[in-house]
Amino acid sequence: MNAVIPTIEVKGLRKSYDGHRVLNGVDLAVSKGETLVILGGSGSGKSTLMRCMVGLECPDDGTVRIDGVDVFAADTNALAKLRRKMGMAFQAGALFGSMTVAENVELPLAEFTKLPPSTRRIVARIKLGMVGLEDAMDKLPSELSGGMRKRAALARALALDPEILFFDEPSAGLDPVTAAGLDELLLKLKDAFHVTLVVVTHEMKSAFAIADRLALMHDGRFLIVDTPDVVRECDNPVVRRFLDRKPSESTDGAAKFRKFIDDLEV
Amino acid sequence: MLSAAARFVGQSALSMLGDTGAIWRLAVAATGRFGRGLARRERIRVRATIDQIVRAGYSSLPLVMLICFLVGMIMALQSAYQLRDLGAIDLVPSLVAISITRELAPLLAAIIVAGRFGSAIAAELATMKVSQEIDALTVMGIDPVSFLVLPRIGALVLSLPCLTIFADVVGIVGGWSISVAAMGIGTHRYMSLAFDALVLQDIFTGLVKAVVFAGIIGLVGCHQGLQTTGGAEEVGRSTTASVVRSIVLIVGADLFVTALFYVRG
Repeated sequence: MNAVIPTIEVKGLRKSYDGHRVLNGVDLAVSKGETLVILGGSGSGKSTLMRCMVGLECPDDGTVRIDGVDVFAADTNALAKLRRKMGMAFQAGALFGSMTVAENVELPLAEFTKLPPSTRRIVARIKLGMVGLEDAMDKLPSELSGGMRKRAALARALALDPEILFFDEPSAGLDPVTAAGLDELLLKLKDAFHVTLVVVTHEMKSAFAIADRLALMHDGRFLIVDTPDVVRECDNPVVRRFLDRKPSESTDGAAKFRKFIDDLEV
Repeated sequence: MLSAAARFVGQSALSMLGDTGAIWRLAVAATGRFGRGLARRERIRVRATIDQIVRAGYSSLPLVMLICFLVGMIMALQSAYQLRDLGAIDLVPSLVAISITRELAPLLAAIIVAGRFGSAIAAELATMKVSQEIDALTVMGIDPVSFLVLPRIGALVLSLPCLTIFADVVGIVGGWSISVAAMGIGTHRYMSLAFDALVLQDIFTGLVKAVVFAGIIGLVGCHQGLQTTGGAEEVGRSTTASVVRSIVLIVGADLFVTALFYVRG
């Protein structure tokens, strides 16, 4: 047995929506300071897994422990304490539309610290500086581009110096250059603050770029959880299909689509 | 036609019953947060509540006053039309004063605020829900009920009674303008007839109604917003549903409160 308690420990997680199994018994352990990337196609259950990990979604069965605290059995105070250690950046940013970017970053500080407004402003400037957005402090989220919104969301997630950072689809909807920039930023943050980082993505390139370990998800369970080098050499056919970007043969719709594409090329 | 109407009533009643539990839970949660706030175990968001009072009360004031002034005039005309033949034109001021304060001012103010502010709450919270802003609050450890719901309900409970008092005054003045202009009742006589008939109980009844209506508008608006899933279409649907349900519940509660005061005398 490993004597060290993993920072995040997921056991036997199951979740169904309307009889459709989304999570089918997921086990996972993330140790302190590690970057785990959950990789999977659309509908593989990776987003649901992350929502369960942060306590936004209650699973049908199974447990999630963060720093040894059971997220779904914790009382309000324990959960509040836990939440202060976590930060999450959402796929589309989820910035508060009625507040400026700086106010968004200042909100957690105003809620959970006794810092005076001027200090909060300075902290917000530092956090936004880390993601390269100090010039956009007084803009509204609607005035930002998609990539800037993601970076602002990251700055907000970092406001309280979290020990664990969750990031939902950092590179989705971004052009390759911006996406690579965001990957680099995450790597820098990891080096600077030793945060435990959990990233959900379907972008292979960025997954291999930032991961200490990769977890490949398919149909609500992990096919493989290992270092990028091992995953790259894996010969499981489903893993290979995903890595080599081949369309799935199992579904009728995909086969029809394939045929449609082939017909077009003639 | 008739069966379609019956089906509409049945379906809306059923869907409303299905939501009653959720609305009730929201009411309990909001009351709990407010209690914790009073016990100083949680922040009461005064700034946010004042912001919402400006949106709920202050911006609705001109419209509420205009409508109630016009309705006061209409009431005077309608009652004079009936009472003229009986030679009881002197009853017009008291009839206007009592029906405005007990019934029309709180009801009209509530319906206007449900349309203006209740719909705005639903649309705002629904948009926040759909764009994951509510999730972001939860993950940050900020409780959406105390951060978003409580200031809105608090603002309504504080501002709707005030709006109702304004509506009372303006409605009586509306009745006065017609009485003076068309019925030959002088200002002094109108005011003394109106206020002789009016007892504190009438105004109190109206204010109790206003508080109940405020709770309904706030809870329905917030609930409709927070239960929204999906996209822009659902946001629109929630907004409409919040207004329809608020108005139905307001009129139902109006009947209930009126009956309660009638039984008590």
